[in-house]
Amino acid sequence: MNATDQALLAARPDFAAIARWVTPGARVLDLGCGDGGLLRYLWEARQAPGYGVEIDDAEVVACVRNDVNVLQMNLEDGLSVFRDGSFDYVLLSETLQTIHRTEQLMREMLRVGREVIVSFPNFGHWQARLQLLLGRMPVSEALPYAWYETPNVHLCTLTDFEDLCRRLGTRIEERLVLHAGRPVSLLPNVFGSLAVYRCTWT
Amino acid sequence: MNAPQHSSGSVGVVAPQKAVFDAPLLLRSGATLPAFELAYETYGSLNEARSNAVLVCHALNASHHVAGVHADRPDEPGWWDNLVGPGKPLDTERFFVIGVNNLGGCHGSTGPMSPNPATGRRWGGDFPVVTVEDWVDAQARLADRLGIACFAAVMGGSLGAMQALHWALAYPERIRHSLVIASTPRLSAQNIAFNEVARQAITTDPDFHDGHYYDKGVVPTRGLRIARMIGHITYLSDEAMMAKFGRLLRRGVPGFDFDIDFEVESYLRHQGDKFSSYFDANTYLRITKALDYFDPAAAFGGNLSAALARAQAAFLVVSFKSDWRFAPARSREIVRALLDNRRILSYLELDAPGGHDAFLMDDPHYHGALRAYFENIER
Repeated sequence: MNATDQALLAARPDFAAIARWVTPGARVLDLGCGDGGLLRYLWEARQAPGYGVEIDDAEVVACVRNDVNVLQMNLEDGLSVFRDGSFDYVLLSETLQTIHRTEQLMREMLRVGREVIVSFPNFGHWQARLQLLLGRMPVSEALPYAWYETPNVHLCTLTDFEDLCRRLGTRIEERLVLHAGRPVSLLPNVFGSLAVYRCTWT
Repeated sequence: MNAPQHSSGSVGVVAPQKAVFDAPLLLRSGATLPAFELAYETYGSLNEARSNAVLVCHALNASHHVAGVHADRPDEPGWWDNLVGPGKPLDTERFFVIGVNNLGGCHGSTGPMSPNPATGRRWGGDFPVVTVEDWVDAQARLADRLGIACFAAVMGGSLGAMQALHWALAYPERIRHSLVIASTPRLSAQNIAFNEVARQAITTDPDFHDGHYYDKGVVPTRGLRIARMIGHITYLSDEAMMAKFGRLLRRGVPGFDFDIDFEVESYLRHQGDKFSSYFDANTYLRITKALDYFDPAAAFGGNLSAALARAQAAFLVVSFKSDWRFAPARSREIVRALLDNRRILSYLELDAPGGHDAFLMDDPHYHGALRAYFENIER
């Protein structure tokens, strides 16, 4: 692993979990791919080719610079350019909480991908609970925005997300809960700040 | 037009060159051109492996003069001079860039103004209708002549992008990257309708004489002028036009006559006058037809994915949100078909305000992406 990868994994601890779950050579679609860092990492670590979807002009240019395939589109418009089952994995890394039509996007991801990997900040983390108890909207390393400037519109806890999965009829194959980059096994919905799920259609 | 970002040098003074081809060229229409000439320019130098050539295809009114200036016209830089040059996004220090005037053109390649070998007089209205496919075949012959077996990239905007796309289909082994900018896989009925109004303006001009106006010593200026005015409206966005002209009155108050009132009228008349003074009406007619006929999916029952299955190149597809002539949804059709074929592909749908003509402007994200894309192309 080179220095760039180490820095990347320190900044985005969910990337390592995602890379571990992606089988070598699999076709991946990374929704909300930012500058393409995860795609590039998956290509180098797993030889997994794929496409990213990103809406922001500057991020898309960064993807081109990083030599990853990027498609500039709005996730809120659905994934109609992609055929059913055309990817092995559809990834949504720390983007779920910014999506307005969450349920529609989850259905679309399950349509396009054989498996779906989703990571998001856990709103049930004790720091968030404590700040709410003290009468304020939570601000933390995982949730760095003040309420009036946050792009996050649909925050949820582990329990909430699992409820949605049940409602959609998807099966949770694996779950990894992290805090400060380390796995959390004790009371994950309280001590975990970042959750990563791997889901399939049942 | 603003000065390009990270701007550096111009390619400087360039001289057009000419290539003569004696072998006949069979056209898509069934007609044959017995022989033809292509006017072209090159910038930068071909490397030893002959692997760094980039072909830049022109759209409606442009030519082989892509970058730099001609010695006798130092104030008229090439039409994509903000993109092509040393240190520019398409860097002529790295790439050997070629611009070609297409067949049927009026800037030096064989076209309606050239002599018809069968009669000794100018072709005029008898010059055959040429297509995107014919242009690409002619460009391939020029590539043969220059010793280029495979282009690093073929690129173009609008009609130029159709050529870049067709290159990937007609000569899949001769192109590594295709840059398809502000384009469409086929014209819509509305697009064709605009072209037809432009053609009618020309062909109903009393000076048109079925295209044989050269012999009569006249030019269908009125028709060509109106054709250009119509075209120009479709190149700009409503927003860009409003920002540029608003409802400004030339004379400050309404004239209550039919002289120029609004600034936009003055602009269109100026564009029409300028264009009709240098462009040939017969060429304009043929170019609009080439646009109308382009439809690679037609031979595959309308299935664009099947049509693009032959392509091997990596693609960069770019559209602009303010372009209503070839709107982003049209580029997404190309994207979808390329995804179906699992091609290496990036797609940009940029928020630039310039309308269809945004492809000629130097929006920082647009040029930033092109720069980054070319930097990643191996030579």
